[in-house]
Amino acid sequence: MQTDYELVIIGGGPAGLTAGIYAARARMNVVLYEKSAPGGQVIVSDWIENYPGFPDGISGYDLGDKMLNQAKNLGLTIESEDVTAIEADGECKTIHLNNKRKITTKAVIIASGASPRKLNVGEAKFMGKGVSFCATCDGPFFRDKTVVAVGGGDTAVQESIFLTRFAKKVYLVHRRSELRATKILQERAFKNDKIEFVWDSVVSGMDGFFSVENVKIKHVKTGEEKNIKADGCFIWVGINPNTDFLKDSLNSDININASKSLKMDDGGFIHTNERMETSIPGIFAAGDVRTTQLKQIATAVGDAAIAVMSAEHYIDNLQD
Amino acid sequence: MSGNIIEIDDAAFENEVIKSSLPVMVDFWAPWCGPCRAIAPTIEALEQTYSGKIKFVKVNVDENPQSPTKYGIQAIPTLIFFKNGQIVEQITGMVAKAKLEQAMDALL
Repeated sequence: MQTDYELVIIGGGPAGLTAGIYAARARMNVVLYEKSAPGGQVIVSDWIENYPGFPDGISGYDLGDKMLNQAKNLGLTIESEDVTAIEADGECKTIHLNNKRKITTKAVIIASGASPRKLNVGEAKFMGKGVSFCATCDGPFFRDKTVVAVGGGDTAVQESIFLTRFAKKVYLVHRRSELRATKILQERAFKNDKIEFVWDSVVSGMDGFFSVENVKIKHVKTGEEKNIKADGCFIWVGINPNTDFLKDSLNSDININASKSLKMDDGGFIHTNERMETSIPGIFAAGDVRTTQLKQIATAVGDAAIAVMSAEHYIDNLQD
Repeated sequence: MSGNIIEIDDAAFENEVIKSSLPVMVDFWAPWCGPCRAIAPTIEALEQTYSGKIKFVKVNVDENPQSPTKYGIQAIPTLIFFKNGQIVEQITGMVAKAKLEQAMDALL
């Protein structure tokens, strides 16, 4: 079977780049497609200190950049392309790109990652006008201002601490009465005078003339609502998988077999086994896009290494 | 770094952007913003494609607070597309290259 590539990697975050590193070293005929910029969610993180090898920690951008350069140095081809669909017609997989180009491959690793989950309480019209998912991008615009942060996990707590470098006050709104974040982050947050915790509460709305002026908070137990006067609202309430391109293809005029039989959970995360095999032979998934208990850089790169090994195995068996 | 993307300051904004005869894409960025740095190569590649048809400029929001304030920018990267001094499109955050190409094509 003649195909353009042996392996196509979709996504250029830590999982995709690691898959690229392993595949390039294995001298596979491989290409990586990234739709915006390589690095993935990592590049919005201000500081990473749970990824081994960086004793003093490292900025998310720098870590992403190092991974990218490592992959490039090993000869990985990275193209700036948006994958719109995967067609899995037996052993040959066809990748549909945004520019109507079609690429054939023997194996695919989906490492398209995830994106911040939205609240859907009317924040859309304030995007870039007070509402943000990225403290490292937008924090400095809130110097000496008051902001609301939403969430209770690692990202919410870490980024709230970062925001206190600029904001005079950060209200951290969390729907439970305790944080889910790692203990070391909790300790730092509790010690930080600028952070005030708003427990058992959710953000139920926001208003403002041009940009955010008020954030509406609702107590989940009493139902009581109150307004916090704030100039910004940073949202860190988890992630959604970037698998819409697989679902969307169902509605297109192309007959996409992959989307129909690629098993995902209710949230749209892709099911795999421990070999990173999806429900379709020759299609693998790695990193945040798959159903996992823990979504970390460390787990994403582990997934990717396994996925490449499995893909090689799969391709070898095809040729037998 | 592409040589054809002009780094401008607040003082030059009027002449380089508002009064430009070519459509202009303004990239509001800062050195501390990871996503801004991450999309820079994509913007440089687009500059190669649209060279001569669209003018590409960059404004460092740290050094030039007036222009971002004027356009109400509270998030970066923000790309604003101008034609005849008017805003045609504004895109905030990291988006697909394809979406940027759409916005550029709409300028022409």
